[in-house]
Amino acid sequence: MSSSMKRKITIFILIIICFLLQCTVFKAVIFTHVVPNLLIVVTSSFGFMRGKKEGLYVGFFCGMLIDLFFCEFYGFYTLIYMYIGYINGFFKNMFYDDDIKLPMVLITGSDFIYGCIIYVFSFLLRGRFDTWYYFKNVIFPEVIYTVVITLIFYRIIRRINRKLEEDEKRSAAKFV
Amino acid sequence: MKKKKRKFTLSSEYVLLIFTVLCVIMIFVTFNTKITAGPLRGVASYVLVPLQKGINQIGSVVSSWSDNLTNLKDVMAENEELKEQVDQLTTENNILQQDRFELNRLRELYELDEKYPDYNKVGARVIGKDAGNWFQNFVIDKGSEDGIQVDMNVIAGSGLVGRVTSVSSHSATVLSIIDDSSNVAAQVLSTSDNCIVSGSLQLMSENKISISKLTDEEDKVTSGEKIVTSNISDKYLPGILIGYVDQVSMDSNNLTKSGTLRPAVDFAHLEEVLVILDLKKGTEE
Repeated sequence: MSSSMKRKITIFILIIICFLLQCTVFKAVIFTHVVPNLLIVVTSSFGFMRGKKEGLYVGFFCGMLIDLFFCEFYGFYTLIYMYIGYINGFFKNMFYDDDIKLPMVLITGSDFIYGCIIYVFSFLLRGRFDTWYYFKNVIFPEVIYTVVITLIFYRIIRRINRKLEEDEKRSAAKFV
Repeated sequence: MKKKKRKFTLSSEYVLLIFTVLCVIMIFVTFNTKITAGPLRGVASYVLVPLQKGINQIGSVVSSWSDNLTNLKDVMAENEELKEQVDQLTTENNILQQDRFELNRLRELYELDEKYPDYNKVGARVIGKDAGNWFQNFVIDKGSEDGIQVDMNVIAGSGLVGRVTSVSSHSATVLSIIDDSSNVAAQVLSTSDNCIVSGSLQLMSENKISISKLTDEEDKVTSGEKIVTSNISDKYLPGILIGYVDQVSMDSNNLTKSGTLRPAVDFAHLEEVLVILDLKKGTEE
């Protein structure tokens, strides 16, 4: 199997697992109403680890899954996730493999902006003006949960990415 | 969704542009027409639905363990309480039995039987809930092959849960009435006053939904009153119990009332639901 194919399949499986965790297990196990947003973590991570293009593709796929299952008009979540992945790609040059601060800041920021966008488009535009309530009860708790999960989950993603990059280097060396 | 392999690779700006245009077109198409991405969803469902079922079972086992531990104390206290309640209910039951005979007699008298026909129902299991924190959609494990169609009503126990919004061959998405974007035309059972029942994210944490535009000129609606779906609703079958009035107050226009109601269904622990296979007449033209 070529290494780029291996990368695609690995990421595909990773996204599917995150999606399933997010819409099944977490809802049952966690007692609060709030679920951490794993798909944002994945999208954002691959954005700043691998660049704009890969962030874009990963975001596109994550958003598409949500659209297919839960959204009444297709494309809305795809668009949001895709742009989040793309924008995170701009930080690739600032990213060092051992640094945990930048990833945390970026993932937190991404999740916060994601929450704001959803609020504006599906609540504010329908006349739900009590902005502070939604920030306090939905957006902030989600961001906090996501950050806590990220502390563990990001390491897993980084390990996967390292493995994949090692493979890619090895197969590139073979051809030279 | 993947593009064909070519010799040159597109720069990420172009890919972004192409996908953006694609998404915007999709949003407009699905928003303005009745076209849905049914076949695409079908493919995704074939892969994901069995996985969701499996994982969901593991999840519910784990949560039932933890529930058992935390609940033991509560259960003991509750047991005492319930024993008292049994006595109380026995007397109440006797009164109700009498009422039932009276009701049966009256029904025959007015031939009200036709008003509450026995609907065909099919049971389904909840296998997944919305991936975010904003909406209260959920996925059930029955789809078009089990005869489910869009806009069918979903109930659990005795109360209304919501309606089906999209269907694939082996799964369907249900919009619950506590969702912020859901509105149901309803009426007060005893006085037949019309009102609108709409879900609200703010009230959800208190396990309530809001009522608005209630016309109650005679000031008869009090807390505990039953609210059922109205016959003027074009998607919900008439006479399905939604919940009980919690409190109502006069609006600033002095014409209508608004307030909150407690849903008859426990949405936090929804595991099995019933889908009514009869569609409201008039929706299919």
